[in-house]
This record gives sequence, C-alpha cells and structure tokens, in this order.
Amino acid sequence: MAAAARFLLRGAVSKASIANVNVGVQSSFGITLLRLSPNCSSKTKTQRRNAAHFTYYPDPVPTEYGPTTKMNLFQSVTSALDNTLASDPTAVIFGEDVAFGGVFRCTVGLRDKYGKDRVFNTPLCEQGIVGFGIGAAVAGATAIAEIQFADYIYPAFDQIVNEAAKYRYRSGNLFDCGNLTIRAPWGCVGHGSLYHSQSPEAFFAHCPGIKVRHSSLLSCFFFVCFAVEQVPTEAYTIPLSQAEVIQEGSDVTLVAWGTQIHVLREVANMAQEKLGVSCELIDLQTILPWDTETVCKSVAKTGRLLISHEAPITGGFAAEISSTVQEECFLNLEAPIARVCGYDTPFPHIFEPFYIPDKWKCFDAVKKLISY
Amino acid sequence: RVLELTGCAASMVVSSRSYADFTPEATFDIKKVDLHRLEEGPPLTATLTREEGLKYYRTMQTIRRMELKADQLYKQKIIRGFCHLYDGQEACAVGIEGGITLSDHLITAYRAHGYTLTRGGTVREIMAELTGRRGGIAKGKGGSMHMYTKNFYGGNGIVGAQVPLGAGVALACKYLGNDQLCVSLYGDGAANQGQIFETYNMSSLWKLPIIFICENNQYGMGTSVERSSASTEYYKRGDYIPGLRVDGMDVLCVREATKFAADHCRSGKGPILMELQTYRYHGHSMSDPGVSYRTREEIQEVRSKSDPISMLKDRMLSNNMASIEELKEIDIAVRKEIEDAAQFATTDPEPPLDDLCSHIFATDQPFDVRGATPWTKLTSTS
Repeated sequence: MAAAARFLLRGAVSKASIANVNVGVQSSFGITLLRLSPNCSSKTKTQRRNAAHFTYYPDPVPTEYGPTTKMNLFQSVTSALDNTLASDPTAVIFGEDVAFGGVFRCTVGLRDKYGKDRVFNTPLCEQGIVGFGIGAAVAGATAIAEIQFADYIYPAFDQIVNEAAKYRYRSGNLFDCGNLTIRAPWGCVGHGSLYHSQSPEAFFAHCPGIKVRHSSLLSCFFFVCFAVEQVPTEAYTIPLSQAEVIQEGSDVTLVAWGTQIHVLREVANMAQEKLGVSCELIDLQTILPWDTETVCKSVAKTGRLLISHEAPITGGFAAEISSTVQEECFLNLEAPIARVCGYDTPFPHIFEPFYIPDKWKCFDAVKKLISY
Repeated sequence: RVLELTGCAASMVVSSRSYADFTPEATFDIKKVDLHRLEEGPPLTATLTREEGLKYYRTMQTIRRMELKADQLYKQKIIRGFCHLYDGQEACAVGIEGGITLSDHLITAYRAHGYTLTRGGTVREIMAELTGRRGGIAKGKGGSMHMYTKNFYGGNGIVGAQVPLGAGVALACKYLGNDQLCVSLYGDGAANQGQIFETYNMSSLWKLPIIFICENNQYGMGTSVERSSASTEYYKRGDYIPGLRVDGMDVLCVREATKFAADHCRSGKGPILMELQTYRYHGHSMSDPGVSYRTREEIQEVRSKSDPISMLKDRMLSNNMASIEELKEIDIAVRKEIEDAAQFATTDPEPPLDDLCSHIFATDQPFDVRGATPWTKLTSTS
C-alpha cells in the first residue's frame, strides 16, 4: 500500500500524457486561474518576450498500455489523482487552493467527486502543510500535499529533510511516511521572476530518504516520494528510478529533465541537421535515486556528455551526474563533460532570456564537444 | 496664507473662489476602534487641515490611477510577470504614512506599489520597475514585488517572511536609540504563518518598537478569511500584544490609529498590533479576475459605499474645504503624471547585460560568475 499512491500518480500520468498532448498549452505555463496566455507571440515589437523558449514535439502514441486519450499534463495529473482517490479510500489531497481546482488546474472536479473531507484547502502555511502531511502518512493515510510553487517549499524544508526523510531510518522501520507525496510546480515560465521560477531539485537531491521525481512533459512537476518497495497495484505503472531514452543516437549523450528535455530535443534535431551529429537524448525523470546505469551505458557508447538544467550551475544536479560519470566512464570520454545551466545568480526578473540555458547555448556546447 | 500645495500650482489660478472662503481645518467623527488589552484607544475625532486633505487626496488618487495604469499596461503585455494591485486599499498606505515620519521604517509584502510611493518613490520609477527598465526603482532587477526606497524594505515575495525582518529593523532602531520604529505589514493570509508568531514572541520579549499591521482585505488570494482562519479577529492574534481593529477604508481612522500606535511604541511599551479592515477591488494579482470567489455585487457595494477616495472627497466638499474644480484639477494633474510615467516606463531601455550578475555579493574587486556553459562568464561588480 505504501508505494501505491505514487505509482497510480505516475502510472496515470504516463498513460494519458504520452498520447497526443495538447500543444496549445505548452507555452501557457504562466497559467492563471482562469486565463491561459496565448501561444508563442507573433508580435513583432522588439520589447516583447516570446512566451516559450522551445518548440514542443509530442511523443509518439504508446500502444502497450491500453487505450489512450488526449490530455495535457494538468489533466493527466488530475486523472492520476482521480484514480488514486478512487482506488485508495485513505487518500487525501490538500494544499493551498486545491479545492476549486488549484492554480494549475490539477485538482479540478476532485472535491465535487470525492467530498470536502478528502480534498481540502489548507491555510497559508507550507511548514504546517508538510508537517501535517507527514503525520497523516505516518498514521496510515495516503497523503498528497501540494506546495503551490516550488519556490515556496523552503519553509517546509526542515520538515521534509529532518522529519520525513529520516522517519523510517531513525525508528528502525517501526514508522514511516512512505504514503506521503508532495507535489510542487517548478521551473521558469518566461515571466516568473525570482519567486515563481526556481528549480530546487539540487537541495533535495542531497537528502537521503526521499525520492525526487519529475514529469518530463509540458510544464514540470517535482514529486517528492518516500517509497520503499515498488509494488504495482494498477494495470500500468512505471518503475520509479528509471531514466527514459527518448531518442537513440551515437555521437553525443544529452541528459536533462523537465522542460529542458524539449529544449534538448530541438538541439538534437539542430545537431542532426546542421552538424550531422547523432544525439542520444535521455530524460532522467527521477533525480533521486537517479539511473546511473542508463546514463553510463549511453556515455560508454557515445563518449560525450552534455547535461542541462535551469538551476544555477554551481552545486546543481549536473555536478553530481558529471562526477559519477567521470568515475565510471573515464576512459570512454572523448571530451570533458559539458554542463549548460543557469548562471550563479538569483533567478532574474527581466534578464530571464539571457539566464536560461536555451537551445543556442546547448547547441554551442554540442559543437564544442564534437570538435574537442 | 501659505498657498503651497503639493504639486497643485494650477489650482491657484483656476479656482474661482479665493482661499479665504475655504475652511482651513475641520474635525470629523471617526469610527470607534475595537481594542484588545488596551484601556484606551485612539481618539474618536480627527482633525484634518485643508493642506493635509489635498495631500491625502492627491496621493490616494495617484496610487489609484497608477494601479489602473499598471492594469492597462499589463493587459497590453508591456508589464509582465506577477503584478499585485493596491486599488481600494489606498487609505491604508496614506493613513499609515500620515501617522509616522519618513525616518521611521516600513516593510510589507508584495502588494507594495502604494507604499513605494508613500515612502518616497516616484511614479516614474515605480512604473519603470514594473516594466523592468533601467530607470526603475530597483534598476529593473526586481519587478513588481521588489521595490525599495530609503527606510522602505520592500516588496517581499514569500508570504510572511517580511515580518521577522521587520522585527530585526525594530531591534536596530532600539539598539541605535534613535526613537524610530518599524511598521511591519502582512495580510490576512499571512497571519497564519508560523514565523509571524515567532516574531510576536521575540518583539514582545525584547519590547521592540514595532507596529504589526494586518491588512485584512477579506481574501487570501482566493480564500476568504472564514475559510482560512480559525480566528478572524486578527487584532487579537498577538495574544499578549495589545491590538486595535481599525476601519481601513477611512484615511483619518488609519492615521489616528497609527499615531496612537506610534506613541505606544516610542514610549517603550513594546509592540502593538493593528488590523486594518480594508478591501481590494482587483483580484489577488493580474492573473486573477477576482470574481470566482466573490460576487461583482460585493465589489460594487464596497466601491459605492466605502471607497476611500470618495469618502475623503465628500468630507472635504461638504465641509467646504475644497472645491470640485480644485479636486478635478488635481485629478487632471495626476492623470498627466501617470501618462508621463507610463511613457517613460515604455521607452526607457532595459538594464545592460552586465547587471545580470551584478550585486550578488558586496565586493571590492569584480569577480567572475560562472555562466550557462563552462566558457561563458560574466563579471560581477558591486
């Protein structure tokens, strides 16, 4: 039962979202309560910033998981939560503004369907939300806590790192909060500025006892899971710590997670067209524990690695990947491992287009890798 | 007679009546304030001079028009990002400033445009900051939520985080013995944050000169106070800290209460808490239409019955403290000021690329900041 929730979550997301995803939503990560911002701006005014810094290509429709339906990421999260609440009577969802559907529309309709004692709002208190979630999970309920933006997760940092992550360990497996899942949207949206754009995965990657997981579609969710066994209970599940090779290639390995995957996909296409370079694109999916085997196997094949993320470069998760890969694949490497990341500054307001690791910076890095 | 009115030179010529006709000052009844752990409260009447009245009117009207202009620019996508507008709550900012001086300190959360103005910022700087230009009050690096001036510490994004900071500023005031105080504002949503209670404790223990002000606009984003708080009597939340509940739509009420609170702090009695009952016309931010959790009728009702600017205007007109033409002149002058500022904000150039990495640390020597790739570096200066 402990692991069920996350799998249902992950399972349903994959089932729906690998299907044709609504392209129109991709640039609307600046999603508002009622209004979606329009797709890439076609206005010519130079002062204006474009809505998205990448082009989205939907995945091919999977055939092995049964019937698929058209859904965007938010709808698929809602669908996953719907399945969870349906099959697990102890499941509860709570967070700021989840009752009406959430600021990212991930819980639309759930309160009407399952009642206000299972889907409820909390006051504005992140530390309280996570602490409360830990308690609920320890007592046996499947708790799904939502932090409205990952930038707000820091008041809850102590609860996550000191309480949740260490519960099982310090009680000798007497207690655990394996039933707890924390969801938080992260990543830059084009106008989020300092406090609606951060990528805090590196802070949590440093904490044994929790699992950190992303969804690689449109906009990205940052799952923090506390599973021990990987027990599938739904018809479709995906193992938690497996990276996905999105595209096979032979010359350069590209690794990323979240929105950056789409940037790198475009870079891979550009590299193929302009440089004749075949790139292997890996979606890491889970940050902690991460799939060292898939990445190292790929680097052993290609000899070159580029890792990219929006978070600042110093101490970012690319550093961990880079370090491990050079340990395992030292003699296979043809060029130093490249990291294309954000600058070592707070996430800027107006400088965002310069700050982010966009496709041109990544393409430049690929060129340098090839010609080393 | 001193005819120097803040920025209203035009009205001297246009007004048909001579100034001897206007009432120089009048006393108004103001609403009684609810008290918590206090024997006496602020007075039940407030005296307003003509100059003060015109000044408050102009400042409130400037805030109102500036926010509406920001709304317009946002919808034209000239301002982007998150923009939290203050219209409806003008009496709070103006009233508070009326009760303290510019050498006192103030800190608030993200609904900060009004305070930036009352604390000494200009409309030009504020609007240029919203559009992210180099003429902005934070050099274009902060945006809507991060505006600062002397003795005004912002402009803070994380809900509730500014309150312990305010206590720190108050501690500095006490330590330096300069008879200054700090006003720390937060909203009804933030009132449930743990760090606020930690701050109540510390400031009470050490008798810091801090005025806690809860701007209760009835909604924490989309959640009404009844649905978020076990106790909606925010002025009592300080428990052992004395509290006042004040009508936040009446600028005179706010001013008198602030004066009372300031006296309390300056006499060394320690912190005091004020709840201002106010209302915002816009939604939580520009992304929020503001009508999915409240009715348009409710907003209309507040606009017609309790609008702060109308209230002041009626008071002044019915007591013959100003003429309609004079106030209209002020409106025109304000409109022009806002237009100029918007023009500036739209045409001013964006900050230079070097600013991306500047001011990370305080440093004598410029140092290199690692960039997106191993071979890109920018130099950080401070």
